[in-house]
Amino acid sequence: MSAIGLKFSLPRSRHVLPGFRLSLGFTLFYLTGIVLIPLLALVLRPFSLGLDGFWSAISTPRVLASLRLSFGMALVAAAIDSVFGIIIAWVLVRYRFPGKRILDAVIDLPFALPTAVAGIALSALYAPNGWIGAPLAHYGIRIAYTPLGVLVAMTFIGLPFTVRTVQPVLSELGQDVEEVAATLGATRLQTIWRVVLPMLLPALLTGAAMAFARGVGEYGSIIFIAGNIPMVSEIAPLLIVTKLEEFDYAGAAAIGVVMLVASFVMLLALNGLQSWAAKHR
Amino acid sequence: MSIFSNGRAGSRQRAFRNPTEDPLWLKLLLGAVAIAFITVLLLLPLVLVFKEALAQGIAAFWASITEPDALAAVRLSLTAAAIAVPLNTVFGIAAAWSVAKFDFPGKTFLVTLIDLPFSVSPVVSGLIYVLVFGMQGWFGPWLNDHNIHVLFALPGIVLATIFVTFPFVARELIPLMTDQGRDEEEAAATLGASGLGTFLRVTLPNIKWGLLYAVLLCNARALGEFGAVSVVSGHIRGQTNTMPLHVELLYNNYDYVGAFAVAALLAMLALVTLVLKSLLEWRFADELAAVHRH
Repeated sequence: MSAIGLKFSLPRSRHVLPGFRLSLGFTLFYLTGIVLIPLLALVLRPFSLGLDGFWSAISTPRVLASLRLSFGMALVAAAIDSVFGIIIAWVLVRYRFPGKRILDAVIDLPFALPTAVAGIALSALYAPNGWIGAPLAHYGIRIAYTPLGVLVAMTFIGLPFTVRTVQPVLSELGQDVEEVAATLGATRLQTIWRVVLPMLLPALLTGAAMAFARGVGEYGSIIFIAGNIPMVSEIAPLLIVTKLEEFDYAGAAAIGVVMLVASFVMLLALNGLQSWAAKHR
Repeated sequence: MSIFSNGRAGSRQRAFRNPTEDPLWLKLLLGAVAIAFITVLLLLPLVLVFKEALAQGIAAFWASITEPDALAAVRLSLTAAAIAVPLNTVFGIAAAWSVAKFDFPGKTFLVTLIDLPFSVSPVVSGLIYVLVFGMQGWFGPWLNDHNIHVLFALPGIVLATIFVTFPFVARELIPLMTDQGRDEEEAAATLGASGLGTFLRVTLPNIKWGLLYAVLLCNARALGEFGAVSVVSGHIRGQTNTMPLHVELLYNNYDYVGAFAVAALLAMLALVTLVLKSLLEWRFADELAAVHRH
């Protein structure tokens, strides 16, 4: 009994600073009220359908097609962002040229620009009469109002994630390993491909996972350019909105739960990735 | 003779080439790819917003952003941000104080939960409040009986805005204050400073630039949020339409000048945010969380 009392009194006496109970109490209260209780409402809602009802709500062809589109295109967009993200990070960290700081600041534009603004701008740009859409239409390529439009918007929204996770790792990377590789007779390309890239891989994967997660959930920048044709270019978040407008709350919640579970899994994978990266630093 | 010396000069040059320096062709190639990709993907949309906003002259632009519904949208967006940002700032400071200055079990889990809203789709962020406050939701019928409007009114818009901007301040301050440790605060407390005095005179000066940085980003997102607010707003023109929702409404009504005019306002906000953010990163890099130092 006394041992327990001692155990519990020790940490409290270590607190020289005041405000622990107040700050933690407020944090937990606010977190519970704003985030946890509403999320619980989402998770519990599909149970009103029963397990069978939940399955039939998310296994309709239209829902499956929208989930396939959101997840599939987000994966492709994350891959594109990874390739260009690493090139851009490399150019920004290793090269010196005028206007570099402006280029660096512009990378964060997708974070700062409201998604609806990005959405109508991308839509006007890639529409068959737009600056980019018109030349492409000449060759019979259509981007706006097709699944490719979804891809463009997701690539736009995800680019800062890959650049901003690779950039700090790259700038901290010592160049001594590259010198060693060169001394041992490696060409520059061999050095980059077999020495530098493997060291950037954990950061790149983290950035790609973040871009993927963002793409899956993205709404505002996509709906204007996608055309929103059911079964073709209708993303999962839009289908949630459609179901809500039809007052099918349980159906909307069922799709929401699938997306929530997916983002939980991504979050866990990211945490795992980061601790793996920290070990292999 | 001349050929020989040229050859020697060439081989010497090769021998002394910095091994970590990319060859010129590679520099030009990668530089061109990076600049072209950024220009096409990021800059063109931005240029297009301003071009379309001014397509029918500055007068049409001005008329679009000063008509009553647009002004109502601006007012609503500013109101929602003016409530959401300070609340999340207080929360972020409280969370960072408890996480960075004290040890307790479950800390990592708490930080993960705080980050959670960032990985939730904006539409889902709105949906959860519909499920709590909607007519088919937990409190909907009760609220309706007492004539309290949460959804399709300001409270719902504020809640959705708070949710999507929830982690901004906390996730900036937690790593910053953890890095700074607790020695200075403990010294102040040992010397007899009160809790509030310690915070105001020791902690706040140490975190002020990081705090400003986080509030800046939080505010930009609060004013620009679309998906979450769209779900809870009800889209009542002139009443529950925020600026991004007003952009959508005008665009869907084929009022492109109007849509891009309001969009240009939001884009200017984004540009100001980017400039201030970059200034903070260059000028006060050491006083921001380590992830922004590059």
